[in-house]
Amino acid sequence: MKQRTSSPPIQEEKIISPYGLQRRNMLKFFGASAAIITIGASCKKDDNPMPSNGGINLGSGDVGILNYAYALEQLEAAFYLQVAATPYSGITALETAYLNDIRDHEVIHREFFKAALGTNAIPALTVNFSSINFSDRSSVLNTAKAFEDLGVSAYNGAGKLIVSPDYLTIAGKIVSVEARHAALIRDLLSNGTFADSVDANALDVSKSPNEVLAIAGTYLSSVIDASNLPTS
Amino acid sequence: MNFSNIISEIEKTDPEIYERLDTRRNVMKGFGNLTGKLALAAVPLALSSMFTKAYGQGTSNVNDVLNFALTLEYLEAEFYSNIVASPVYATLPAPAQGALSKIAQDEAKHVLFLKSVLGAAAVPKPTFDFTAGNGSGTGPFAGYLTNYAVQLAMAQTFEDTGVRAYKGQAPALISNNDVLTAALNIHSVEARHASHIRQMRRALGAAVPAGVDLKPWIDLKQSGIDAPFNTAVQSSYDGEEITSQGGVNLLTVGGMSFTAVAASAAFDEPLTMAQVLAIVDPFIV
Repeated sequence: MKQRTSSPPIQEEKIISPYGLQRRNMLKFFGASAAIITIGASCKKDDNPMPSNGGINLGSGDVGILNYAYALEQLEAAFYLQVAATPYSGITALETAYLNDIRDHEVIHREFFKAALGTNAIPALTVNFSSINFSDRSSVLNTAKAFEDLGVSAYNGAGKLIVSPDYLTIAGKIVSVEARHAALIRDLLSNGTFADSVDANALDVSKSPNEVLAIAGTYLSSVIDASNLPTS
Repeated sequence: MNFSNIISEIEKTDPEIYERLDTRRNVMKGFGNLTGKLALAAVPLALSSMFTKAYGQGTSNVNDVLNFALTLEYLEAEFYSNIVASPVYATLPAPAQGALSKIAQDEAKHVLFLKSVLGAAAVPKPTFDFTAGNGSGTGPFAGYLTNYAVQLAMAQTFEDTGVRAYKGQAPALISNNDVLTAALNIHSVEARHASHIRQMRRALGAAVPAGVDLKPWIDLKQSGIDAPFNTAVQSSYDGEEITSQGGVNLLTVGGMSFTAVAASAAFDEPLTMAQVLAIVDPFIV
């Protein structure tokens, strides 16, 4: 896949289209599609890296974690760009304003990671939103809730994998914004459920990259290879 | 004035606090002689410089951070406990009662969790003055128990400050994976609370400055809190307005342009321990 050097609106449209999977990518990823399902299950021990699946390699160390975050932000940004382009029926002015804000935040996150990673950045991912009905409020907001909660749990789980205090702080700066989004989206679906994700100690969820990518992978045509990510 | 209390609380878990502060003894002595407004104005600066020197990044031990967090959770837990027992709570619609009760429970659980992690090293709960009067009971938030709008303004400030406080301590926990993860898992809950309280304030429509579009996230360095409370809370929002991160200018990135509002809101900013202690100082007797 070719790496974009800038994101003019027209290319943006192409990348985020749920049906925009390019043919050669389709062929490329078809063969690998079985591998992504096993991401979560193939690694029994934390210190036993899973084998490469031939997908887009996130890399190792802090760069790998930043690419992992970049991948998730690409997914979120593509989703909210599509939501803005094809608003669900019955959307209110306030919902539009909130979702546009969130879209901007996620695109900024995506572009931040791309710029920060420079030549180490993974290519633009191809999304697969065929399971989402963008004209239906419930489908869109439930997907948004899944993405935001997933993002929070991903950053919470990635914190301990980061070596650089500066990158840890950056991750912290982003995760609380994702949590603000998550709470809002939950409240839009059912007011008062903003923090229903917490456990008996009122702690939020954290997930490992393998757990997160197993879920995120269901919305991606691109296959992610997380085999070189740190595990502790 | 709680200045000496803060030090003595820390001394219980860090017997070397006075050694760390050794070269600042004259500052502390001088501090005792200050009175009235001058002392109030001097506290944040004195605390800030002292804690920065005594606990530079990387020298704080994990228990110091946990006790700092516990102190903030004590503050939040007792605040919400007071709120749900206040006269106005009974008059609120069910969703508002439910949200405040839920947050009260979460904060109480955070206290129990941190105490269980710290065990015998846990600091005791301070005595609070939620009027922000340092024990006088006549601070700027006097009367909060009968004023719902003020309660929500305070709640928002506590939550937003809590988010920034945990964020600021993450690097100090980098060597302890379990504690770091637990702290991050609390940090995002505080952000969820902040988001909801902000929605409640928007829905209420009261005590939000004219022209401010209060959202679940922080635009620029806007508190979204009206006079006369705006000045009392502003230090919890200063620094949130930055639009560049890690050397990346977010106003123009990837061939796209973004507003300062969006660029600032996309990232929350940390506060140092000293900055947070200065903010909560008026609430601790």
